[in-house]
Amino acid sequence: MSTNFMSQWVYSPVVKDHFMNPRNTWDEAENFEADGVGEVGSLACGDQMRIAIQVKDDTIADLRWLTYGCASAIASTSMMSEMVKGMSLEEAYHLSPMAITEALGGLPEHKFHCSVLGDKGLRAAIDDYLAKQKRDNPFKHKIAKVICECKNVTDVAIEDLVKSGEAKTLDDLERITEYGTVCGKCKEQVAELFDQFKHIYNT
Amino acid sequence: MENQIIYLDNNATTPMAEEVVAAIADANALFGNASSMHSYGREAAYAVEQARARVAELIECDPEEIVFTSGASEANNTVFSIFRDIIDLGSKRNRIVTTTIEHPSIVETVKFLRSRGYAIDEVPVDRTGMVSLDVLATYLGEDVALVSVMTGNNEIGTIQPIAEIAKMAHAVGAFMHTDATQAIGKIPVTMKSWGVDYLSLSGHKFYGPKGIGVLAARKKAPFEAFVHGGHQEGGKRAGTYNTPSIVGLGVASEIAMRDLESEHARLWHLREMLRIGLEERIPNIVVNGNQDHCLPGTLDISFPSAEGESILLYLDMEGIMVSTGSACASGSLEPSYVLLASGVDIELAHGSIRFSFGRYNTEEEVLYVLEKMPPIIKRLRGMSTR
Repeated sequence: MSTNFMSQWVYSPVVKDHFMNPRNTWDEAENFEADGVGEVGSLACGDQMRIAIQVKDDTIADLRWLTYGCASAIASTSMMSEMVKGMSLEEAYHLSPMAITEALGGLPEHKFHCSVLGDKGLRAAIDDYLAKQKRDNPFKHKIAKVICECKNVTDVAIEDLVKSGEAKTLDDLERITEYGTVCGKCKEQVAELFDQFKHIYNT
Repeated sequence: MENQIIYLDNNATTPMAEEVVAAIADANALFGNASSMHSYGREAAYAVEQARARVAELIECDPEEIVFTSGASEANNTVFSIFRDIIDLGSKRNRIVTTTIEHPSIVETVKFLRSRGYAIDEVPVDRTGMVSLDVLATYLGEDVALVSVMTGNNEIGTIQPIAEIAKMAHAVGAFMHTDATQAIGKIPVTMKSWGVDYLSLSGHKFYGPKGIGVLAARKKAPFEAFVHGGHQEGGKRAGTYNTPSIVGLGVASEIAMRDLESEHARLWHLREMLRIGLEERIPNIVVNGNQDHCLPGTLDISFPSAEGESILLYLDMEGIMVSTGSACASGSLEPSYVLLASGVDIELAHGSIRFSFGRYNTEEEVLYVLEKMPPIIKRLRGMSTR
């Protein structure tokens, strides 16, 4: 029996390569000394990752990662780990999930939101590093994008409210931020973001 | 044993048996419309009726009680449509009782009918996927029109006590339906001894063709066509007879009946060989389902700290084809509803793999899987957050 299953895989060849040969995985035996560690996602959601960074002169000198998740979760974390080595903290903090996905040669639509968590894990690791250094976090506000223009609600604000557990439901979020109460144009996008952050932070 | 291809997804679908392929090739010549009165028509009709008799023999019912459909999904939908109609017509019996682990063609139909205001209860199952008769009893009453419980579950293989459930349904005056799709050819399936009023099955799950199935309905059981438009099947299901597929289904039924005992023993042997071998070689695994009442070829295992889609794809690279209850493979955020309904921890559901054996699997294939599986799990666990 012959099949052509190797020729048309569910993911791009780059994803396949990173899934089959993941780079920079965190082997316990290695005793990697981390300057900052970030964790996002949850086992219950089916995707979780932990990212450890070593920082030298405010650049990512080296990093390791662990991921519980599907092929695209593993491949996207692996790809991220190659992309950010040598990046300044600022650059690394601004790495977008789209950039990772592009480098992977694309991902199926439904995989993009749930499994590309590498950028968020990396930000969590940088947050942890700066907190440990007792330094201010100069990047956080810079990456905010306004989602609700009427009430000036940013994605970062939504992310923080979900992460902290203050907004457990969309109703909570509306009560706190008053998003969507004027023109209502942003409602769909806010709901989508809300679901994503709930998934990522398991709150 | 390089470049092996090992198909262990027989609950998803099976290849057609050689005899079936041959019979279909022959039947393709019978192009006449089986409803036509002329010679070509009568030839085709004869082949259809022969197949009908074979299916009837397999599930122990009268050939007149067999209605050919496009598959089990249509058969299941037809049953629910019959009772929807009965309820619409004002029957005092206006409740349907089913379970939480039925096939999507029932689960989704239930959701849809509920959204239209129908009263449908889904009886919960225990940790092994079994319906408890005591629990079921609390759902039954004089207002129940239909009880629908699948014979054997497609994911975890749990076999329900259909005869007992049918007795309980009848005791309150309700009709009984079972979706026997996964059980055919693996365990004895009998409308007569079980006393069920409706039974669904699908050709492609037991080496027959895709796109053909059966709804068997007792003569005394209510029937209303789901597909209107012709006098075929005694007016119970319109549409020109799919002669080649019906013939193929007939041959598949004959094989299923002929090999039932030996297949049951063989499938269970392979399944147990894999289960025991994996338990010996891989620490911390959880076997799902009911080990005393299980379809012989079904083995569902959760591998904590390894995610199902990743396991599936690593296995696929080794030529081993399985399925998973992981959310990632389904395109949704929720893993297998069957496992969750059985009370399996959500993380274990994400890391579940279903191995389903069929008549073409061998011991050598099990040995190959036993060789390939441990390093895959070890590798995924090694790069997992826990």
